Amino acid sequence: MTAPVTAASMALDGGLLTADDAAPEGAFVSSRGFWGHVGHRLVRDPVAMGAGAVILLVVIVAILAPWITPMDPYKGSMLRRLKHVGDATYWLGSDELGRDMISRLMLGARLSLFIGVTPVLIAFVIGSGIGVLAGYVGGWTNTILMRTIDVFFAFPSVLLAIALSGALGAGIFNSIVSLTFVFVPQIARVAESVTTGIRRRDYIDAAKLSGASALTIMRVQVLGNVVGPIFVYSTSLISVSMILASGLSFLGLGVRPPEPEWGLMLNTLRTAIYVNPVVAALPGVCIFVVSIAFNLFSDGLRAAMEIRQ
Amino acid sequence: MSSSEPAVVLRDLRVAFGKVQVVDGVDLTLERGQAIALIGESGSGKSVTLRAILRLFPEGRSRIEGQILAAGRDVQALTKRQLADFRGGDVSMIFQEPLLAFDPVYTVGRQITEAILRHETISKGEARERALALFERVRIPSPERRLDNYPHEMSGGMRQRAMIALALSCRPQVLLADEPTTALDATVQIQVLLLLRELQRDLGLSIVIVTHDLGAAVEVADRIAVMYAGRIVETGTAHQVVLDPHHPYTIGLLRSRAEGALAKGSRLQTIPGSPPDLANRPPGCPFAPRCFLAEERCRREMPPVAEIAPGHRVACWRTEEAASAYRAGPTPVRAAEPVLA
Amino acid sequence: MSVIPDGHDPFARDRGGPAQPLLSVSGLYKHFPVRKAGGKKQVVRAVDGVDFDVLKGETLGIVGESGCGKSTTAKLLMGLIERDAGGLLYDGQAVGERAMPWRSYRREVQMVFQDSYASLNPRMTVEQSIAFGPKVNGVPGREAVERARALLARVGLEPRRFAGRYPHEISGGQRQRVNIARALALEPRLVLLDEAVSALDKSVEAQVLNLLLDLKAEFGLTYIFISHDLNVVRFISDRVMVMYLGRVSEIGPSDAVLDAPAHPYTEALMASMPSLDPDNRTAVALLAGDPPNPIDPPSGCRFHPRCPLAEEVCGVTEPPLDGIRPLHRVACLARQPGSGHARAPNPALAA
Repeated sequence: MTAPVTAASMALDGGLLTADDAAPEGAFVSSRGFWGHVGHRLVRDPVAMGAGAVILLVVIVAILAPWITPMDPYKGSMLRRLKHVGDATYWLGSDELGRDMISRLMLGARLSLFIGVTPVLIAFVIGSGIGVLAGYVGGWTNTILMRTIDVFFAFPSVLLAIALSGALGAGIFNSIVSLTFVFVPQIARVAESVTTGIRRRDYIDAAKLSGASALTIMRVQVLGNVVGPIFVYSTSLISVSMILASGLSFLGLGVRPPEPEWGLMLNTLRTAIYVNPVVAALPGVCIFVVSIAFNLFSDGLRAAMEIRQ
Repeated sequence: MSSSEPAVVLRDLRVAFGKVQVVDGVDLTLERGQAIALIGESGSGKSVTLRAILRLFPEGRSRIEGQILAAGRDVQALTKRQLADFRGGDVSMIFQEPLLAFDPVYTVGRQITEAILRHETISKGEARERALALFERVRIPSPERRLDNYPHEMSGGMRQRAMIALALSCRPQVLLADEPTTALDATVQIQVLLLLRELQRDLGLSIVIVTHDLGAAVEVADRIAVMYAGRIVETGTAHQVVLDPHHPYTIGLLRSRAEGALAKGSRLQTIPGSPPDLANRPPGCPFAPRCFLAEERCRREMPPVAEIAPGHRVACWRTEEAASAYRAGPTPVRAAEPVLA
Repeated sequence: MSVIPDGHDPFARDRGGPAQPLLSVSGLYKHFPVRKAGGKKQVVRAVDGVDFDVLKGETLGIVGESGCGKSTTAKLLMGLIERDAGGLLYDGQAVGERAMPWRSYRREVQMVFQDSYASLNPRMTVEQSIAFGPKVNGVPGREAVERARALLARVGLEPRRFAGRYPHEISGGQRQRVNIARALALEPRLVLLDEAVSALDKSVEAQVLNLLLDLKAEFGLTYIFISHDLNVVRFISDRVMVMYLGRVSEIGPSDAVLDAPAHPYTEALMASMPSLDPDNRTAVALLAGDPPNPIDPPSGCRFHPRCPLAEEVCGVTEPPLDGIRPLHRVACLARQPGSGHARAPNPALAA
């Protein structure tokens, strides 16, 4: 066997000699890793961190809602309908049935977030699977899969969501299903294009040369490289999903009353828009703020992933 | 520019990008009608030096100090307008990848005539005549037809020649070449190198060529400057540098070439270690960590530039020991004959 | 041949003995269809009938310029692209057939690519990249990592400092060492080096070449060394094969081929190397123009339009790759007795 590798023998044949490579005896230098670097950069991005804070806040509120609402979100009072913002009892006013807006908005965050995020999550898994498979294998598999996807892609998302919801019927579960259908093609497309981009790289060839099966290569070598961009794209869809979900509820295809959900609340407060415009707009403001927060965070994530060392 | 003035003069040129000092005090003089080669590896600063002559770096992100004189003009003092005329008209440049120099949407001929018309007021027909003559001079076969080719329709070697034609279209006095033959096949490379030599001779062109290939340098250049970590460590005629090197780095470079091996299968003499970290420069000679002759003084103090023979300058504390070490060991060039002092 | 001290006999897996070539290639063809704007279907004849053997324990250099087909040949040998026709025998067994399926072949033959950065997964650490091959082939995780670290040490990279690094954190020369370690992780007998040192600085190139020589001696490896740099090929190869437009033009011991080239193209290649002697610079380039495109190769001998020795018969007959000296074969009518070329040696005089 070879002589032990000493610093001297290494210096003789070009190991490394830069100051930053010094490592304490016995310790293995481990790098931050890719996601470590991303996190490191993300934390230094004030906009993304601000947006992240907003999202975190909304999520916490949504989780804790049943316990922290100041009043019962379902209890209305016909005498105290449509109070304005700044009212002594109802700080953000009351809705058309006299229910406290703050409480309803807080509880509504639950459903709105849930219907916004879940379809994207499911679509991320399914879409990535289809896209990566099509992108890696190529050939006829790719053609069949992607052209089928294209058929769905041809419909505008709103139309598709409405049509599917209409067919499936109203309700939370059905909304989630129809929204998932809307997003799978979009995510699959991005996944396929990213995968095709790296399919021809030398390191994939090298992995093939080691005798690994296609599935193993996809899992170990490809996934790690494509999951990033697909994930970023998917987070940008969350805002779209929330808006679509609210749209569906607005049209009566999603959540049913008396459940609080921001889109539904927009619908039911519609008639009050001349009487109490501020309160009527409040659910819309919430949708707006959370959507923007998700978008900004996703942008920050993309920027953090783009910069190379 | 008068004929006695040097074509290019660099005095204590320093270039920094942010905190990194990429070029650290370069002194260079190129006489008119001569060719000099800047040799070095990655991180030596040779390409940066070249581009500084044309002020190709964005003002905000780079800091250039020192004096740059080219074709008789003070490059640092030029206004934006003068700089535009200067580039192409007085000093021109060719690159490693011709595809990057040409716009893919226009024919090559059109791009050359446009360049000419931008610098001179002659008719379009005359410009095209000039372009044709240029193509003939750079030995492109069927030049008439080739003028109407798009860049992607030409082969690599032909594109390189077309780029040379473009560079010469406005009759510059100095031609800068950044690794012009690195991406070319061997048989094409030698043709382009000979062409450059021919153009130097016929047009009185002054050439600065940057390359990592010692062979290319010897074929084109009369003088060679070896760069390491942003400084010139040895400079002299090709004869002096290649046959009578006095700097340990030059010697290492010569010896690590594959022709330097004594017998097939025996190991090559290598320069140990890796290229320097330009962000953390040691106080002394930058080559000291890898130098087989390094001593305390080398690590503490930057060596001065000594002129050991007319025109032969070396930046080293131990030039004599280096030269004798070289003579004592394998001498890759003309190994059969004794080395001339 | 195991990296982990075990004292394996490097030839334990040998089947046919030293006389049998390790790799035998016959009649290799690969054409790529190209559709030009205008509808006319054309074919890039990248590899157009290539035969050669790789002997056990040797280093076979393959040289040629753009369009000669050496990179395509490398990919065909590794099975990265499928050959149109041709036989491939590994130690006497047909590759892809039952006795030697591709999976077994891949454990015997490995490759190092030119682009050191693109060859490594940017999301995997150095040791993960090296350990991937063994893991996929059934080596338990911990042992695979141990093997990876031992290999890192063997190629001159201290495991403690490098195992956890990512490709973008190390230099080109270090990356190429990682690629070499990765290629050796599966304990192959044949390693294909496709322009493996071409992108490195000269001083780093020298280090890596030394490393390759050491590893070859220690593990009893056989190398196929593809390069455009004739000096490096001469230094490292025992035999060299010159390719032109998809065919072999000359093959023989490297000193014989490069010092006394029999084929005019080889001679032009040698003459095109820049001179290192400032007093004896190259006066004239032997070949004009660029290496041609393999889309429409000339009839007969592919080199005849540029050949200083060309005659009429050269445009008609494609010269076979025949021996002119023991072990030295050339595809040139001017060197083959009885070919009809004016310069051909007299068959009666040729021993």
